[in-house]
Amino acid sequence: MSLKENMTAAMTTFGRVTGFTRIAFEAFLESRDEPDWIVEARRAAYEKYQDHLAVPLDPEEWKRVETRTFRADQFHVRREPTEEATFGSLMQDRAEFAGMVTHVDGHATRATLDEKYAKQGVLFGDLSTLLVEHREKLEPYFLKRAVQAKRDRFASWHAAFWTGGTVLFVPRGVSIDEPLDSLIGLSTAGAADFSHTLVILEDGASATLLEETSSATADAAGLHVGAVELILGKEARLRYVQLQNWNDKTWHFAHQAGRVESNGMLQWTVGGLGAKLAHIHQDVHLDGRGAEAEVNGVTFATNRQVLSYYTQQWHNAPNTRSDLLYKDVLRDKARVVWRGMIKVAKDAQKTDGYQRNDALLLSDTCRVDAIPGLEIEADDVRCTHGATAGQVDREQVFYCMARGLPEFEAMHMIVQGFLQIVSDRIPVELVRETLNQTVEKKLGIG
Amino acid sequence: MSAILKIDDLRVAVDGKPILKGVNLEIRQGEIHALMGPNGCGKSTLAYVIAGHPKYEITGGKIELDGVNVLDLDPCQRARLGIFLAFQYPVTIPGVKVSDFLRHATSNVRNPDRKEGEGLIPMKDFRRELKDKMAEIDIDSEFARRYLNDGFSGGEKKRMEILQLSLLRPRFAILDETDSGLDSDAVRAVSEGLNKLHGPHMGVLIITHHERLLEFNKPSFTHVMLAGKIVETGDASLAHDLHANGYAAVRERHPTEAAEEQAVAVKA
Repeated sequence: MSLKENMTAAMTTFGRVTGFTRIAFEAFLESRDEPDWIVEARRAAYEKYQDHLAVPLDPEEWKRVETRTFRADQFHVRREPTEEATFGSLMQDRAEFAGMVTHVDGHATRATLDEKYAKQGVLFGDLSTLLVEHREKLEPYFLKRAVQAKRDRFASWHAAFWTGGTVLFVPRGVSIDEPLDSLIGLSTAGAADFSHTLVILEDGASATLLEETSSATADAAGLHVGAVELILGKEARLRYVQLQNWNDKTWHFAHQAGRVESNGMLQWTVGGLGAKLAHIHQDVHLDGRGAEAEVNGVTFATNRQVLSYYTQQWHNAPNTRSDLLYKDVLRDKARVVWRGMIKVAKDAQKTDGYQRNDALLLSDTCRVDAIPGLEIEADDVRCTHGATAGQVDREQVFYCMARGLPEFEAMHMIVQGFLQIVSDRIPVELVRETLNQTVEKKLGIG
Repeated sequence: MSAILKIDDLRVAVDGKPILKGVNLEIRQGEIHALMGPNGCGKSTLAYVIAGHPKYEITGGKIELDGVNVLDLDPCQRARLGIFLAFQYPVTIPGVKVSDFLRHATSNVRNPDRKEGEGLIPMKDFRRELKDKMAEIDIDSEFARRYLNDGFSGGEKKRMEILQLSLLRPRFAILDETDSGLDSDAVRAVSEGLNKLHGPHMGVLIITHHERLLEFNKPSFTHVMLAGKIVETGDASLAHDLHANGYAAVRERHPTEAAEEQAVAVKA
């Protein structure tokens, strides 16, 4: 990554400040008109960002993820959204939602919530508005519990420049029956999205949030430096889906973390379809006795896409259960990296931890690196991990062809079958359908 | 007029090693042929070659169906032409539902000009037909929703092959040891299933070590294969004799092939 951003690079012919220099940062703060406590937090994060920039990225973490061509100074935070942008949303028009939030180029353009839930104290909308209006509810969580601003270059960069993002706050005991929808769009070439998803479910609350990222055009290069925080109280239940469907010119860096208290249940589904390069930290922390997390991942990488997932399952309390299954399909010269880790704390006895990554390689030139790992300090646990990678079984193809299926159709059926196993674990039909549809599109049959 | 599947001086090698050394066989629609022979004589190779498995190298000879050179076609085109192989070891495809798989297969075979993405048999019609067919050969309709052969017992897999046979209604069916590894109930189910399906429009080649399948489906012709050649052809009584007395007499009558068989066995 280029560390040197100078004044000329910082100004475009339209006088818009680009890049993330100190000058750009001051201009950004100037444009925001935020209360002091937010400004101070941003300044602290910016200093951290500078500190991180001064040292190279962790070579162990980045050796499989090529960022040499990434230039931060080619991107900028937009002052306002581009209103006329339209997005190919896969989910928005296909179901009844309890609420919808849309962000374009980092700014909210729409936020709705069913009145009956608003009356019960549910908050659903845009972070930059709600964080100010409901400081007492949100500040204790925002960038404090799940994602730490100081963690690395991308976390502090995000914490300095976040512009908006979707907030869902569900008070104690409240259940939202219909899913909620969040669409994050990028519409302008060079635009950066620093959106932050913050979900807080108090004790006994439950909700389903479906989020997707989308580009308005196929060729506008974009940048996402994002964060997702999912915080579940005791016996809370959250189903969260994020379908990453940027165009293949977009860089995607994110810290995504969930924390689950006693007997809470987090079901987290990740779809990795778009982006030029994606590098994501996905952490689940099981903090209370009996907490559970199920993580489902579907990735489909084509052309020269690079999709990288570093997942960690932290068992911090006894009787906790985690179950992670990723399925990757690769084609052309694509590359997928999965680095998984289950960490079991000393007193997290009776932990049941599972992680698995299966990859299906459709070309000789694609590559997957799947590296499972375990760190166990307790002595009475059950932890299992596994990784497989292989090409399509030619005997399966022959069998299908012997039943009248042409080779392409046979391949498609086998690929869809491969992903079906994880699709079966996704409880929301809309998401299953949407995933199938995007997979078909990538296969060229949609 | 009934069609003929004609195999003429077929020679096949695997990794340069000859397996079939000039096989001649003619099957007409409506006929049942039994193909017997000791392990390793080339029976399964013949079955795979007719279906078009890519691992075999054709070094000579022809396979024709009504004058069409089958060897020029890929396995999918052969299936659409009306050739069906019931696999000795049916393949498992996790994540692909039996009903989806069969709907695609049936749509393709019944509409040979279909291109991918084009119309499948309407779901409703196909479900009804599938349900009826499953009932006929005594398969629980629950299997339609399961993944293809995933976790199926040996007998369930073989029944699934017969189910496919009944849906695809081929002109020529090759059954490769469909009765092996099954308990007697399963053999009976498969035999009865085949018996119901067989008729004037289907020629059948039954590859078997046992007699049971042939009891229900009496062959008009029995062929004996030895060292990659069909060395004798007789009627149903030949199958019975081989089953009762083994291949010793056949080897005595065909010392050249028996010697070749021996040479291969020693090398292996």
